Amino acid sequence: MSSTPPVPGPVIEQDDTERPSSRTRARGGPSTRLGRFLAALAVPIATAVAMGWTFEWLRTTDAARSVVVAVALALGVVGMFVLFWGMDLVVNQLGERGKLLVRPWVFIGPALLLLGVFLVYPTVYTVLISFQDARSVEWVGMDNFRFLVTDPGMLRGIRNTLVWVLLVPSAAVAVGLAVAVLADRLHRGESLAKSMIFLPMAVSFVGASVVWSLIYDFRPFGNQTGLLNGLWVAMGNDPVAWLSWAPWNNLLLMVIMIWMQTGFAMVILSAAIKAVPEEILEAARIDGANEFQVFFRVVVPTVMTSIVVVTTAITINVLKIFDIVYVTTGGRAETEVIPERMVQWFFTRGHFGRGAAIAVIMFLAVIPVMLVNVRRFRAEEQIR
Amino acid sequence: MSAGVATTDPRPEAPPSRRRRRDRVWRAIGRWPLRLSVLAIVILWMIPTVGVLISSFRQRAIIESEGWWTAFLSPFDLSQWTLANYEVALTRQGFGNAFLNSLAVTVPSTVIPITVAAFAAYAFTWMRFRGRNLLFVGVVALIVIPLHMALIPVLRLYTRGAELWGITLFPQMELVGTFPAIWLAHTGFGLPLAIYLLRNYIGSLPSSVIESGKVDGASDFQVFTRLVIPLSVPALAAFATLQFLWVWNDLLVALVFLGGTSDVRVLTVALAGLQGQYGQMRHVLPAAAFITMMLPMVVFFSLQRYFIRGLTAGAVKG
Repeated sequence: MSSTPPVPGPVIEQDDTERPSSRTRARGGPSTRLGRFLAALAVPIATAVAMGWTFEWLRTTDAARSVVVAVALALGVVGMFVLFWGMDLVVNQLGERGKLLVRPWVFIGPALLLLGVFLVYPTVYTVLISFQDARSVEWVGMDNFRFLVTDPGMLRGIRNTLVWVLLVPSAAVAVGLAVAVLADRLHRGESLAKSMIFLPMAVSFVGASVVWSLIYDFRPFGNQTGLLNGLWVAMGNDPVAWLSWAPWNNLLLMVIMIWMQTGFAMVILSAAIKAVPEEILEAARIDGANEFQVFFRVVVPTVMTSIVVVTTAITINVLKIFDIVYVTTGGRAETEVIPERMVQWFFTRGHFGRGAAIAVIMFLAVIPVMLVNVRRFRAEEQIR
Repeated sequence: MSAGVATTDPRPEAPPSRRRRRDRVWRAIGRWPLRLSVLAIVILWMIPTVGVLISSFRQRAIIESEGWWTAFLSPFDLSQWTLANYEVALTRQGFGNAFLNSLAVTVPSTVIPITVAAFAAYAFTWMRFRGRNLLFVGVVALIVIPLHMALIPVLRLYTRGAELWGITLFPQMELVGTFPAIWLAHTGFGLPLAIYLLRNYIGSLPSSVIESGKVDGASDFQVFTRLVIPLSVPALAAFATLQFLWVWNDLLVALVFLGGTSDVRVLTVALAGLQGQYGQMRHVLPAAAFITMMLPMVVFFSLQRYFIRGLTAGAVKG
C-alpha cells in the first residue's frame, strides 16, 4: 500500500554506534543511575505540568481567538507526543526485565485510561443513574423504565425509531446497490456520478437538515420557497406544512437520512461488486441467464456479506439519530425518536434518571451487534 | 465505434455482417436508459445541495419571496446575486468565529486519538504482555457503544470531579465549555475504532521489517516512530479523514460539553441555533449552511480515497 518502502539502513547504523556508549554509561554507579532516572522522570512530569498550565490558561485567557486556537492546536498536536516520548525516556532507565514488563503499559496505558474514563466507567455509571431519580439523589427502582413504556411521547419515539430502523437502512442499501450496479456499467462518468451521490456523507446532519428545509419549506400563502410546495401548488393544490403533517412527516425526515447514507452503502457495495470474479458472471450468461438473473442469483448472493455489514452500520447510525429531528422539528408533531428523547430528558429538562434509562435502552439495542463483532473478531484471529 | 473495433481487430477488412451491425446499434441505444437512469438519480441527489448553493448567493428580498429554482429562469439577471448573506453570516452572526472554534475543536480531536491509538495499536501487535488479547476484545466490544451512554457521567465528571474513598480520581475543574473538555471526550469516543483500524493495519505490516529493526538495536520507540508510523500513513490518513469529518459535523457532543455561548460554540451549534430562530435571519441560513459544509467538502474531495478506505474498514462505530 505504501509507495515508499522503508530504508532501515541509516537507523541501524546510527543505533549501532550509539549503543556501546550508552551501555557503558548505564553501568555507572548506582547514584548516577538514580540521577539519570530522576532526570528522565523530569521530562514527562514537566510536560504534564506544562500541559496543565496551558489548559488552565486556555480556560481563563482573554487573548484573541486566533491565538487561543493556535495554542490549542499546538497543545493538542505536540503535547501528547512529547508526553509519550518522555515516558519512554523513563522506561529506558529501567533494567532489561523492567523494560520488557513496563514498556507495553506505557504504550497502551493512555489509551486504556481514556477508554476507562470516557467509555467503561460512564457505561456502568449510566446504568446506576437509570435507577435513580431526576437529580440522582434517591434510588427509585424501575420507575424510570416504567415511565419509558407509559409516556406517550416516549412510546411514539419507540414506534418512530422502529420505523426508522426498518425503512432507512433498507432504502439506503437498495438505492445504493442500484447505483453501484448501474454506475459500474457506465463507460465514462462513473466516479463523477458516485462522488455526487457520496457527497452528502460529508455534510453534517445539521447542515443536511437546513439544506432540506429548502425542500420542505411552507408558506401559508403567496409564492412558495420550498421545492415540494412549489411543485404541489403548481399542480393546483393548497400548500401543506409538510413537517407538521403527522405521522407522514417522519417519512420526510427519513428521506434526509436516506439521502445521506445512500452514498455510504453505494461505496462499499460498489467495491464488493467490482470484486465479483468476471468468470462467474460469464459462466452464468453462457448458461443462458439474463442480466436480471445474473444480478439477483449471482451478484447479490456473492456480495451478501457486504450488504449485511452495510445494513448493520446504517442501522446503528439510525439508532443514534438525533440531530435531524432536533434541528427540523425538535421532536414536535409526533416526530420523536429515542436518542432525541434521551437528549430532551437529560439535557433540556435535566431529568438524569430518565435520560440515563433511555440511554440504557439504546445500549441494549446495540449489544447484539457488539457480540457479533466480538465473535467475528475472534474468528479472524483464529485464522491469523 | 466501428473505427475502434477495426483497429483492435488484427484481421484485415472482415466486413461486419448485417446482424452484427444491427446488434451494435441496439447496444448503443440500449445504453441510454442506463445513462439516463444514473443521471436521474444523480440529479435527484444534487437538487438539495444545488438549492442551498443558489439561495446562498441571492438577494434577501428574492430569497424571501420566491423559490430558489426560479434562478434557472433568469440566471443572467445579475441583480439577484450577492455576497451579502455570507458577509452577514460570517460577521454579525458569528460564523467566522465559529469556524475558528470548529477548527480548534476538530484538529486536536483528530490528532490526539490518532497518537494515543497508534501507540496502543503498536503495543497490541508487536509487544507481549499479560491480558493482551482480552484487552483487545474489550476494545472491539467498545466500538459500538452509543456515546449517549457516556454523556451524563462525563458531564458530571467535568462539573464535579470524581472521588473514591476520599481519594480524588478526577479533579473538579469546571471543564464544561472549554476546548480540552471536548477534545478528551471526542478522543475517548473515537479511540476504540482508531485502535481497531490501526491494529489491523499495523498487524498486516511484514514482521521482518519490525524484527530487523529490533535486531539492529533500535528501541521500540524508534521502530515505532521511524518504521511503523511512516509505513502506516494510509491507515492513519483513513482514520484521520473519518474522525475529522465526524468531529466537524458533530452537534451532540459540542452542544453538551461546549454549549451555545458565542465565544466557544462551533459551526454546527451556531447553525442549529440559527435554524431555530424564526423570522429575521432566515435568509442567512443557506449561506451559513454552506459555510459549515465548505471545509468537509474540500477534505472529502481531496481525501476521498482515504475516507472510503476508513469507512470500509470500520463500518460499524458507536
